[in-house]
Amino acid sequence: MRWVNRRVRKGNGFLLGAAPIALLVLAYLVAAAARHEANPNDKILPLPGAMAEAMAALLFRPDPLSGQLLFWADTFASLQRLGFGLGISALSALVVGLVLGVLPPVRATFGPLVTAVAVIPPIALLPILFIAFGLGETAKVALIVVGITPFMIRDIAAHITALPREMLIKAQTLGASSWQLLLRVALPQAMPRLIQSVRLSLGPAWVFLISAEAIASDVGLGYRIFLVRRYLSMDVILPYVAWIALLAVVIDFLLATGSRKLFPWAHGAGH
Amino acid sequence: MSALLRLRDVWVEYGDKVVIEGITLDIEAGSFVSIVGPSGAGKSSLLRVILGQEAPTRGSIRLDGAPLAPECGPDRGVVFQRYSVFPHLSVLRNTMFGLECAEAPFTGRLFGARRRAAAAEAEEMLAAVGLGDSLHLYPAEMSGGMQQRLAIAQALIKRPRILLLDEPFGALDPGIRTDMHALVTRLWREYALTIIMVTHDIKEAFTLGTRVLALDKRRHDPHAPHRFGATTVYDLPLKKPLATQALDGSSITIDSKDNN
Repeated sequence: MRWVNRRVRKGNGFLLGAAPIALLVLAYLVAAAARHEANPNDKILPLPGAMAEAMAALLFRPDPLSGQLLFWADTFASLQRLGFGLGISALSALVVGLVLGVLPPVRATFGPLVTAVAVIPPIALLPILFIAFGLGETAKVALIVVGITPFMIRDIAAHITALPREMLIKAQTLGASSWQLLLRVALPQAMPRLIQSVRLSLGPAWVFLISAEAIASDVGLGYRIFLVRRYLSMDVILPYVAWIALLAVVIDFLLATGSRKLFPWAHGAGH
Repeated sequence: MSALLRLRDVWVEYGDKVVIEGITLDIEAGSFVSIVGPSGAGKSSLLRVILGQEAPTRGSIRLDGAPLAPECGPDRGVVFQRYSVFPHLSVLRNTMFGLECAEAPFTGRLFGARRRAAAAEAEEMLAAVGLGDSLHLYPAEMSGGMQQRLAIAQALIKRPRILLLDEPFGALDPGIRTDMHALVTRLWREYALTIIMVTHDIKEAFTLGTRVLALDKRRHDPHAPHRFGATTVYDLPLKKPLATQALDGSSITIDSKDNN
């Protein structure tokens, strides 16, 4: 049988998917054990016991300076920034993308501007954001917004522009005004696309969040890993990176599930 | 009988490409006009001009004596070959769309008693096209024939002065197409519609129409094929009663037999 025709059953699929991850973990353990055999004080590849110990301090013991449980304070601060950033981006991308997509005069006026803004590397704007908004929360959220909104706007606008001409004509023959066309035809069809767009922007959003936290912050997941880097604390950095990956996967999963539940028609399924 | 739609010397040109040259046409209320012709003969361009999707380069079009605005409106309904229905709305909501647009200019949605009234009207319309049992399906869950039935119901609920069909049955298989012919013929009589249909299928054009128009280029310049446009080369009235005229008993019986 050709490989293109081989189908994987559900249980087997889980096993197959888990195998490479398990192999990676195993390879790490073997390498860490080997290094520790040569040098019991090795910090570069810490053993699981050392990671658990270091993380327990951050998870359960309040920090003597601030009195906070650092791990949870970091997670909360980062998720809050990410949430605000994604929320503001999604909302503005929806509004601007819809208007650009539906109204040709607006597209002609502002389309080039959006394209021009989209090609600026957002990190290059970070100094401007710090100068304009100070070193507080606003600048960090603003970096995420500046970083992902232009892409999302262009994605939504392109999706709306690509709606079949026949559908828009049909709506007009049913008496729809520009506003009704936007509200009843374009908006609902933009929503699943918006969720997909947010999913695709999650990666860049995390990049901008970690960058902003690394440069100027006093709490946050990115701040912590860049802080402990000075002490070569791989026993904190590795669990933090794993935690960030887990958070990203969970957010992505929630968005995907939400889209299927809310917009079954867009996923080829019944209701 | 006075003409419902009058085209006077209508030209459609794109740059220096002439698509339609000098079509003059009167279409009576209650007629079923089939437009046939080879690909690229401007059948769809003519339909777009009548629909208001494009303005003619020259010439005038009058509907009920008033000049036609170069914009689509609820007085002209349309069914395209594809993409005529909204994928994000159920069958019932698709059909209510036209009513909601007219009655709720700001929200585009109806609530309470007005919503129930609109839903009842939509259900009645859907029953008439044979979709009475599929109110809550989404278009993606339906066959091509059912989607075209929905597109027709959606258009008819606005009671358009003219219904324009752009190869509406082109993508359907032959058995379904025969059912759809019967349906369109019945609706055309029941609702006293005026229909203009573009089709590739000559047999379909003659079976359904009360008048068949053939579009083609009269002249052809081999060195500049784009400089001459198409016009009506044949205009064949068929001896059939119009939808607005009283029917004799026999044709009613034949119609209802066809539908069963």
